[in-house]
Amino acid sequence: MRHLSEYRDRRLVEKLASAISGIAPADRVVTLMEVCGTHTMAIARFGLKQLLPASVRLISGPGCPVCVTPKEYVDRAVALARRPDVVVATFGDMMRVPGSEGDLATARAEGADVHVVYSPLEAVEAAAAAPDKKIVFLAVGFETTAPATATALRVARSRGLNNFYLLVAHKLIPPALGALVEDGSAGLDGFLLPAHVSAVIGTAVYEFLPRRYNIPCVIAGFEPVDIMAGIYMLLRQIRAGAARVENEYARVVRAGGNVAAQRLLAEVYAVTDTAWRGLGPIPGSGLVLREEFAPWDAARALPVDVPATRPDAGCICGAVLTGTKSPADCPQFGVRCTPRAPLGPCMVSSEGTCAAAYVYAYE
Amino acid sequence: MRELINEVFARRFGNELLAALDDAASLNAAGPLAFTTDAFVVKPLFFPGGDIGKLAVCGTVNDLAVMGATPKWLSASFIIAEGLDEEVLTRVVMSMAAAADEAHVLVACGDTKVVAAGDADELFVTTSGIGVYEDGKPARAPLAAGDKVIINGPVGAHGLAVLVAREALKLEAPLVSDCAPLGSLCAAIKRAAPGVKFMRDATRGGLAAVLNEAVPPNLNIVIDEKEMPVDEAVAAAAEILGLDPLTIANEGKVVAVVPAAEASAAVDAMRAHPLGRRAAIIGEVVAGAGRVLMKTAAAGTRVVNMPVADQLPRIC
Repeated sequence: MRHLSEYRDRRLVEKLASAISGIAPADRVVTLMEVCGTHTMAIARFGLKQLLPASVRLISGPGCPVCVTPKEYVDRAVALARRPDVVVATFGDMMRVPGSEGDLATARAEGADVHVVYSPLEAVEAAAAAPDKKIVFLAVGFETTAPATATALRVARSRGLNNFYLLVAHKLIPPALGALVEDGSAGLDGFLLPAHVSAVIGTAVYEFLPRRYNIPCVIAGFEPVDIMAGIYMLLRQIRAGAARVENEYARVVRAGGNVAAQRLLAEVYAVTDTAWRGLGPIPGSGLVLREEFAPWDAARALPVDVPATRPDAGCICGAVLTGTKSPADCPQFGVRCTPRAPLGPCMVSSEGTCAAAYVYAYE
Repeated sequence: MRELINEVFARRFGNELLAALDDAASLNAAGPLAFTTDAFVVKPLFFPGGDIGKLAVCGTVNDLAVMGATPKWLSASFIIAEGLDEEVLTRVVMSMAAAADEAHVLVACGDTKVVAAGDADELFVTTSGIGVYEDGKPARAPLAAGDKVIINGPVGAHGLAVLVAREALKLEAPLVSDCAPLGSLCAAIKRAAPGVKFMRDATRGGLAAVLNEAVPPNLNIVIDEKEMPVDEAVAAAAEILGLDPLTIANEGKVVAVVPAAEASAAVDAMRAHPLGRRAAIIGEVVAGAGRVLMKTAAAGTRVVNMPVADQLPRIC
């Protein structure tokens, strides 16, 4: 089956929708959480929620890496950008995430050197091309992105580039899932697990969810057929009273994951405790550069004065990230908080729950 | 400067209006006129399928054509950064001359200014255009439930072609701007569908912007993603870059809203034209509340909002 066509086949999707209606519970509402921001966007973009029966409630989780990065990180990035000897290189959707004193886009408009790149390797090239500048790449993202930044760092090191830095805020998904279930407030009956994170980390890492918490899990791809099939598989487990980790995305995700990527991560990063916006501190949920890479760690090698973090006025991003509130519950949604003038990251990130609701479904 | 004007401009644009080199061109037109202007700051100056010059001619010609006017005369003003290679300027002007010929318009007047190297990014071009309403009025009428929405071909190519050229992104897909003058295509639409209610070129903001601009507050426009032509290369590149083809700028695409009874005649006329071979009815107007909706390829329906931020700067 081909990516852009067969996995978006309308008849297949409709068949799956029927099958879902057939096995959805009649007597109660089940709450399924899709964790990955790309799932959130795909579901909104293809209008998939409309195809689900009322007894199946699909909520979004904290799978938007930009959204769960604490504001302090943005403030540090802006402070670095304002240094005349620094060039900040970043993925596009960090540009307008609000900091305590403005965002990166404003800093750029005021003269700071900030570049949008499509890959961390571009930032390495920028460092090679500008030896008199310090290039800082904003290393945000989950296990999908972290191997790429690890590769970029190794390339920079092997080329003797001492003006390339990473400001690391990579986070790990499985500990966040545990924290969500422990918290209990979202009342979850199943997880639709991320596709490409799983391609890196494999399937066994999720076993603790069904084993310890009796929660059904299905790893699903991003196309409409994948998502609907994943939901069907979750409902099938729920109906059978079962709880295990199933893999809908077997064409990409192998049980052992991507060993080469995992080795890269282990070589470059150490696991650390870190704070997630909305979820608070989660032990063992973040990555930090190993000691031998300290010279390339912007947090250690490039000190800057970071302003005291000001909380987002009226933003309920934290509750949205944990699935306890939806964008529609927010009084600011579409009124005082829009993609053009966001109050918090969920409205401006390309994987943000509020952004998905605004762009694809706002009426 | 006199040399620049004579050598490059007057010679390449070669027409008697311009050759007079007087303070203003003297035109003769009877009846209602359409008048428009646009500035072009595209970066890079040259990209697959076009350049700033071709864009400057086609963009302004198309704004006249979609109003239902026959484009006739353009002005062209150039802000040139000091040190710009004269060869670059000549190439741009030659491209404009070729586009003007193809569009059957005359560049009747112009201006040049040279500024310090840092004060402008190589070259900015502004064109204004005058067109004649042969029928005496613009091709505009209130939309009604039942009207059909038609587009002349696949969307998303121009913005991506410029982005890929600018960022030197290593994408293998052949992305070529669709930049083209739409005067004769729009005239063909009007002949086949005299009741045409609305035409607009889908430039900045793409198809999504045009539909949101067209929809009146008491109606909805519903389009079918499956009917919307998109080239595979464009779809793939957009997917990789996280962009929505609906919101990407085009420079050779016109969206037309015609009464249902005239829709298939309009499509036939468009398909007979080189710039409309893949014309298709992509949706219709229904009762509603000013929303644009799309039945997605996967079956669910989603809202198509006015594109929010400037996704791709300096693409036109």
